[in-house]
Amino acid sequence: MTTTYREAIKQAIRDALNRDERVFLMGEDVGRYGGCYAVTKGLLEEFGEARIRDTPLSESAFVGAGIGAAMAGLRPIVEIMTVNFSLLALDQIVNNAATIPHMSGGQFAVPLVIRMATGAGRQLAAQHSHSLEGWYAHIPGLKIVAPATLEDARGMLWSALEDPNPVLIFEQVNLYNMEAELAADAGAVPLCGAAVRRAGRDLSLVTYGASLHKSLVAAQLLATEGIEAEVIDLRSLRPLDDATIMASLARTRRILVVDEGWRSGGISAEICARVAEQGFYDLDAPPARLCGVEVPIPYPKHLEDAAIPQVETIHAAALELVRPSGRST
Amino acid sequence: MTAKPHLDREHARHLLGQMLRIRLFEERCAELYTQQKIRGFLHLYVGEEANAVGIACALSAADSIVSTYREHGHALARGIAMGPLMAEMYGKANGTSAGRGGSMHVFDRATRFYGGNAIVGGGLPLAVGLGLAEKLRGGAGVAVCLFGEGAVAEGEFHESLNLAALWKLPVLFVCENNLYAMGSAIERTESETAIFRKAESYRVEAHQVDGMDVVAVEVAALGALERIRGGAGPQFLECMTYRFRAHSMFDAQLYRDRAEVERWKERDPIRRFGDWATASGLLHVADIEALREAASAEVDAAVAFAEAGAWEPVEDLCRHTLMDAVPA
Ligand SMILES: Cc1ncc(C[n+]2csc(CCOP(=O)(O)OP(=O)(O)O)c2C)c(N)n1
Repeated sequence: MTTTYREAIKQAIRDALNRDERVFLMGEDVGRYGGCYAVTKGLLEEFGEARIRDTPLSESAFVGAGIGAAMAGLRPIVEIMTVNFSLLALDQIVNNAATIPHMSGGQFAVPLVIRMATGAGRQLAAQHSHSLEGWYAHIPGLKIVAPATLEDARGMLWSALEDPNPVLIFEQVNLYNMEAELAADAGAVPLCGAAVRRAGRDLSLVTYGASLHKSLVAAQLLATEGIEAEVIDLRSLRPLDDATIMASLARTRRILVVDEGWRSGGISAEICARVAEQGFYDLDAPPARLCGVEVPIPYPKHLEDAAIPQVETIHAAALELVRPSGRST
Repeated sequence: MTAKPHLDREHARHLLGQMLRIRLFEERCAELYTQQKIRGFLHLYVGEEANAVGIACALSAADSIVSTYREHGHALARGIAMGPLMAEMYGKANGTSAGRGGSMHVFDRATRFYGGNAIVGGGLPLAVGLGLAEKLRGGAGVAVCLFGEGAVAEGEFHESLNLAALWKLPVLFVCENNLYAMGSAIERTESETAIFRKAESYRVEAHQVDGMDVVAVEVAALGALERIRGGAGPQFLECMTYRFRAHSMFDAQLYRDRAEVERWKERDPIRRFGDWATASGLLHVADIEALREAASAEVDAAVAFAEAGAWEPVEDLCRHTLMDAVPA
């Protein structure tokens, strides 16, 4: 049946609440309001106040409470409205969730799921448009996923709840309205393992989240020009699936990483470093990157568009990689 | 009716014995630190023992504890064995966390000890979560959260008190007010220095207690726990106390007078309770000596246990960074 990314997440949460009585949801405006992106609409009526918990504007306390409840044996899903506000809970995420299993010598696990919206594209200006998932991917002890399809949105939440570790799920804001087919019995999707979304032989576009869909459109354009791009959807930023990236590179010998996040110290830098370490002799050209421009995301549409990868800029960067304009071919 | 401890000879021995165990353990820790057996940060609890012992006596096995980096006393009073605790201070594989945490990060699943936390205020949200889990599961346990008055300035304190009160969670907040956060006297950091008033502003019942009096702390804790178990929601105790030693082993204590320290030492909770118990005929001087000797022997054995411990193999460096399963 045809449904939306938003609805796929809601169904995943409903499934989880029905499947496991240890699961509950908490966050700002998840109940009465229905979620700031309407993901959780109707769940309060269906599951009640005890399991669908509206919290005050206290990111640190309710994320920390999720950690405590997870350590005590429950399976909380914590919704942080957006990644921008998760900065107020950084202490709990980085100092507690990520460290306690190791620091306790394995006595305590933190089986916690934190969901949050991420990214730019809705003209919300700098404080509501960060793409900081790559930042979180820096932290050992966390798992970081970014589902870009309905199957993944539904199935990764399932796997995240079964995982004994803290899992952060990043939902790019422009994906919520995306429509696609989703099987009624769509099941769990593993948290690790990149997916080849389009096969190709001339270059690898490595990306995730909303940039995946732009990259797929760019790949179609390239195909009309006789260039076959392979498109890799990372799905997980920590751990990274090196094997799938290197296997693709071995086929195409060229790689372009497309990331809405900033370039300096970003996940694109990490991927290029790994390519240099593991795939150097497969490269026919230096690894390339198309990232968010290093500026606080501006409000006006034309500037916001210019600040993050778009179909046209992906297309141009891919073309440059395969048929460099500075050199004759 | 308010809960009262039954202060018979056995209980008096227990209270004093526990305080002595903590005191002697930590004095040995200080020596071991100068011998470089214990490294990193070491925060001693000397002078504050009555709080840990009074609170721990009021708890049941179903209750859980969230503590700070100054937690050796809490851990011992809760029943964590001294050997593994000392081994953790050494960083040995036979320590409570296999040495990974050290002095500031004692964890123990068996006694529901959810960690020493070295981020000031960082433990309060965890305690709210433990209380929430207890409430959602309909359990009878209470989450006890210990922290210093320095934590009161952190946002996490206010967020956590509000949330616990809003959701009527079974959490006992215990602020050990030793008047200094490192070198900052409370008057230099707080606009309202009566900490319990802040808790009251969240509609949490709060009391100020003499934290140098083990019986007073126990009575206050029993009352607070009784109210929590009766469904009254979170409770707050402000234990007025003092640390006799430096903040950590790196502190030259330039921020306070020696005379002030000496004045507080006159209220040493161990001497005070011992004097009272002997004067009232509950204990004999010989009893106290026997307790001291037993504690001293236990510390010796703990040091031997730690010394005999192995180091974690370097191959296990990354173990438990990600867990394979939730421990049963
Ligand atoms: C968030 C944070 N800020 C600063 C520090 C450094 N620090 C460690 S202990 C401490 C003082 C805390 O005092 P208090 O909470 O009263 O506890 P006490 O040490 O007196 O037991 C400070 C500032 C820290 N560990 N965490």
